[in-house]
Amino acid sequence: MNWVWLILLSVSVVFAIATGNLEAFTKSIFDGAKAAVEISLFLLGIVSVWMGITKILEDSGLIHRIAHLFRPVISRLFRGIPGDHPAISAITLNVLANLFGLGNAATPLGIKAMQELDTLNPDKEKITFEMMIFIVINTASIQLIPFTVIGILATFGAANPAAIALPTLIATVVSASAALLVLFAFRRLLK
Amino acid sequence: MIEYVNYVSLLIIPLFILFTILYGSARKVRVYDSFVAGAKEGPKIVLSIFPYLLAIFVAIKGFQGSGAFDYLKSWFYQLFAGLGIPIEVISMAIMKPLSGSASTALFTDIVKSAGPDSMAAIMTAIIMGSAESTFYVLAVYLGAVNIRNSRYLVPVCLIADLIGIVVAVIVARAFF
Repeated sequence: MNWVWLILLSVSVVFAIATGNLEAFTKSIFDGAKAAVEISLFLLGIVSVWMGITKILEDSGLIHRIAHLFRPVISRLFRGIPGDHPAISAITLNVLANLFGLGNAATPLGIKAMQELDTLNPDKEKITFEMMIFIVINTASIQLIPFTVIGILATFGAANPAAIALPTLIATVVSASAALLVLFAFRRLLK
Repeated sequence: MIEYVNYVSLLIIPLFILFTILYGSARKVRVYDSFVAGAKEGPKIVLSIFPYLLAIFVAIKGFQGSGAFDYLKSWFYQLFAGLGIPIEVISMAIMKPLSGSASTALFTDIVKSAGPDSMAAIMTAIIMGSAESTFYVLAVYLGAVNIRNSRYLVPVCLIADLIGIVVAVIVARAFF
């Protein structure tokens, strides 16, 4: 991320000087800061709600039962998670929320999953392979029906807006699998 | 089919909440107190994510505002013009990993100008549904646990984004 950030910002400044967009550049820096604040406020609400709900899951022991139930599926991919660890439940709930397009639940549950995965992390500064698998799955956004997209297509009078659902699902599954293959290839190459 | 999935989606969170509090109560958990105790963690988490979000949003917005983004786009147009990929698809391919809200706005724009049944709209619709705003996801999830060393995650995600776009174009061609 260090490199990404360095390149994005330094290229931007050079461009702003070269094209005379200095004023626009400075303004957009502050627009970015404003957007970060707005999104954080939004996150503050939904993350707190889901942390409250998952705390009930923990206190009632349900989190271990969910983990136990989905362990056979989840541990196929996440081999480093032991027994009925809460990370399995958090990952399961995040994946289910993504599948049903519940973005407001998926992100907080994903954060919960990252925290649970971090409890298994020996070096807190460095990412574990399980965390990488989890993030890669999330960036692929596996969703059964893309409601937002269908909604926009319908608004502008598409002949059959729902026809986009199946190709999207196929594309998602193929690209998510490819992404995981790339991740596993990197691990093998960089060992 | 779509209606059923939509209904299940609407039903899933209310039912999940109901089940959680009833199950908790049956297990003698004081659900209100648990909820409050859990929610107390929320602000801490968001506070630790905030600087990461700020850093990435400032960089991305600055990149757009400086004109570098438009230059990158025109450079990509020339690169891919020969492959018969609509210009709109290239715009979306660059926009999607950077910003979720901006790509939704761009998608609406494409559907409006190119028509909802055009190839450009179909391809960008598939990209919209099969990709996530990568840098946002990275900032939130890495920020939540304060990871400094993300090893080879960023290159993997960027390669994955690229594959996702190629797959979207191929699938769109195959179906429509």
